[in-house]
Amino acid sequence: MRHQLATFKLDDRLYGVDVARVQEALKIQAHTPVPHAPRTVAGLVNLRGQVVLMVDLRARLGREPYGPDDEPMMMVVNIDGEPISLLVDAVGDVLELDPDTFGPPPPTLEESLQELVTGVYSMEDELLLSLDVDLAAQV
Amino acid sequence: MDAMDEIVREFVVESYENLDQLDQDLVALESDAGSRALLSSVFRTIHTIKGTSGFLAFSNLESLTHVGENLLAELRDGKREMTQLTADVLLKMVDAVRDLLGSIEATGNEGTIDTAPVVAELQAVLDDPTGGAAAAAAPADADADDALSEAMTALHVSDDDEDDEDDEDDEELPAEEAVAEPEPAAEPAAEPAKTIKPKIGKRPADKPAEAPAPAAPAAAAAPAAPAAKTEKVEETAVRSAAEQSIRVDVDVLDALMRHVGELVLARNAMTNLAADMDDPVLVRASQRLSLIATELQQGVMKTRMQPIDHVWNKVPRMVRDISSALGRKVRLDMVGKDTELDRGVLEAIKDPLTHLIRNAIDHGIETPETRTKVGKPEQGVLTLKAYHQGGQVVIEITDDGKGIDPEVISAKAIEKDLKTAAQIEAMSPQDILQLLFLPGFSTAEKVTNVSGRGVGMDVVKTKIDGIGGVVDVQSTPGAGTTWRLRIPLTLAIMPALTVESASETFAIPQVNLLELLAIDDKLTGIDHVGDAPVYRLRGHLLPLVDLRDVLGRQKRESLVGAVIAVLQADGGRFGLLVDKVRNTEEIVAKPIAAAIKTIGLYAGATLLGDGSVTLILDIPAVARRALELNETQIEGHDEHAGRGDTEQMLVVSVGDGRQLAMPLGAVTRLERLPATVLETVGGASVMQYRDRITPVVDLAQMLGAGAAFREELAFVVCQRGDRTVALIANEVVDIVDSSEEERSEVSGYGLLGSIVVKDKVTELLDLEAAVTAADASFYEADDNVFNESEVAELIGAGKGA
Repeated sequence: MRHQLATFKLDDRLYGVDVARVQEALKIQAHTPVPHAPRTVAGLVNLRGQVVLMVDLRARLGREPYGPDDEPMMMVVNIDGEPISLLVDAVGDVLELDPDTFGPPPPTLEESLQELVTGVYSMEDELLLSLDVDLAAQV
Repeated sequence: MDAMDEIVREFVVESYENLDQLDQDLVALESDAGSRALLSSVFRTIHTIKGTSGFLAFSNLESLTHVGENLLAELRDGKREMTQLTADVLLKMVDAVRDLLGSIEATGNEGTIDTAPVVAELQAVLDDPTGGAAAAAAPADADADDALSEAMTALHVSDDDEDDEDDEDDEELPAEEAVAEPEPAAEPAAEPAKTIKPKIGKRPADKPAEAPAPAAPAAAAAPAAPAAKTEKVEETAVRSAAEQSIRVDVDVLDALMRHVGELVLARNAMTNLAADMDDPVLVRASQRLSLIATELQQGVMKTRMQPIDHVWNKVPRMVRDISSALGRKVRLDMVGKDTELDRGVLEAIKDPLTHLIRNAIDHGIETPETRTKVGKPEQGVLTLKAYHQGGQVVIEITDDGKGIDPEVISAKAIEKDLKTAAQIEAMSPQDILQLLFLPGFSTAEKVTNVSGRGVGMDVVKTKIDGIGGVVDVQSTPGAGTTWRLRIPLTLAIMPALTVESASETFAIPQVNLLELLAIDDKLTGIDHVGDAPVYRLRGHLLPLVDLRDVLGRQKRESLVGAVIAVLQADGGRFGLLVDKVRNTEEIVAKPIAAAIKTIGLYAGATLLGDGSVTLILDIPAVARRALELNETQIEGHDEHAGRGDTEQMLVVSVGDGRQLAMPLGAVTRLERLPATVLETVGGASVMQYRDRITPVVDLAQMLGAGAAFREELAFVVCQRGDRTVALIANEVVDIVDSSEEERSEVSGYGLLGSIVVKDKVTELLDLEAAVTAADASFYEADDNVFNESEVAELIGAGKGA
């Protein structure tokens, strides 16, 4: 059984989350900032009548949060039956990966990523970081 | 009688439902005679009807079901086999029960229906241990005949039915006769098959004009094909009660309500859109949609609404019982029984209401002797009143009893260590009454005897708070007490005010909103205490909180043009400064992520007409946040401590109606904090304020005016460098301009003189003395030494920090 991961780019790194957890990918939409929210919260967005929390994944991964001029994508994932929107640089393809290529995260990985990255798929020309989506959506 | 009718009605509806199940179960039993589960179910149903009918004093129904129950018990316990005969008599019993219920429903009593024959038949079967075997031979015969005659009955009835359907209820009498008529049938129990046959067969012939009611036994007795059709006609005719009300799962209603909420939001969006498009056709369509959505919303809300009478109908009995047990004479007046409330809300107020009523009689209304003595009529009056007001339901419980004596409450509060004598001293009677709601005020039984009031009032408050309601109490000693509950109509959809602050939109629940004030370009009414703005609203100082500050947004440059939303939260008022008011809108609170809930400022989020997400402010939380926030410090105010020609004076009240004035410039901040922040260190009062231990001096105590403590205290904070001292007063009264000339030099200890503020002599506080009393080295920080350390010792103040 090959692993299917929905991939996305963030700061030139390739990440992947279990495709079954991904509901949809959209362009960023008008959203409402939440004063006093942790900086990992980008705001709230109206997703077809549902109020959905928007998580700034860059901030979550210990980078600078997105600015007003950035145009990130929204990757809507399912957390405990509720949609959560993760902001990423760009959404990529769904990849089928050989479980044999999966290994633990390299010790060289930045500390801010160690917590959220469950492991690494070695692909021909790059590494795919597998993200713990439940942890990533926790703000 | 009304209340009784309600119970009977419920009983009838419920029983009809149970009987339907019973019919099916009995029929199923014939094919699956050994089924314990079915038998138990049947037994339970009959048992329930028996129990309730006994309780409601329907003796015929009771005796009928009693015999049936006995028979069923034997069947259930395996003492006898289920046979055709047994099934027949049981079904006959079911039909008789139906008849009785019909009569009860129509007339409120059992009418003249004679159940004796059925009872006798049941008894006969019960008495005949071989009943099962004897009958076994008969069925085939009986079946055929029965089926035929039933078919006839059925046909006949269905003809009749079409004409008579409307008169159904009036036809109970002939129906009763029909059942009553074959009296002798019961006696020859040995030949059950025969006795039944003539009885059924006879009817169409002898009484052709009979009402359809008797057809029910026939149709039900044998599930023959031709009869089945009539049975349906039959049911629609007989069961008007069951038809008019159906039971709906509350979950279904909740889901419906949610959907309607969505529809309301979609409608809002549509209205917005139509307004932008400026297309008359679209506008018309959207208006229609709007109208329908509103009606639908009201309709769905109505399904969840029940008159408050549902809770109140148990009150007369309760009042009667309590008053007779306590030897009181009480007349109960109920006004506004029809006032409707959401089911969930109604459920939630049940206990608090019971509690308040019990309390009103127990501790409010005096004994007849006492009442006569004080010149009141012997009979006390307890009034329950419910009405709608501003989208809320107000429920008042008023008694004309002895009222609540603040003295007694005070004594109790002191005894319970909830307040010190000094604190009580400074409280207004109204504030003292609020002590009743303090947790721990009155849990002990003893309180009932001593204070006479308030057992578990905190529980009442908690419950009402839980549904977003408010409870308060007003009392005039000797004349009575009124408890007032304000309850939201429904929890699902609420009206809200949308406001803008730093280009962001927020929703404020209308429940919290008292009024809106615009600030003009002269800043009329605006004053500053320290750097904190206050608004003079009809003689009261309204603390102002800027929403921008609360939310940590860019500071406001000028107050001009801002709007003050006067809000009510946790028993206090404050003004929330917003940039502008947008609209009032019906909003539906949507759940928000835990991460946002934990911020503690938002009650939820909602979608506005333009589709944007808007946060709903949790006003009590905003008020609390604002308290912390009032620490926007501008240091160095104390530099203005010297008195000039005219200067602004802060006027505070302390106990005994005394007012004190102090130079406003010397005050850094004003705070309202709960008395619980006060602690004692080495005999001196201190509090933890902004992460520092701050010495506190009680002005009233210092000036010998008793002491100025209350549940919430007004703190006048003076700061100098890194030193802070807080002075406690009863209440901030006003800010006035005062000139040197107006001052009289009459003074006492701690005072510099007095001025007249609004016709009231106001003493001028020697602020330096007061501050030094708390912190002897306060002014030393600036080499501004005051040699009053002996005073500090006298007062017993320690060196705070």
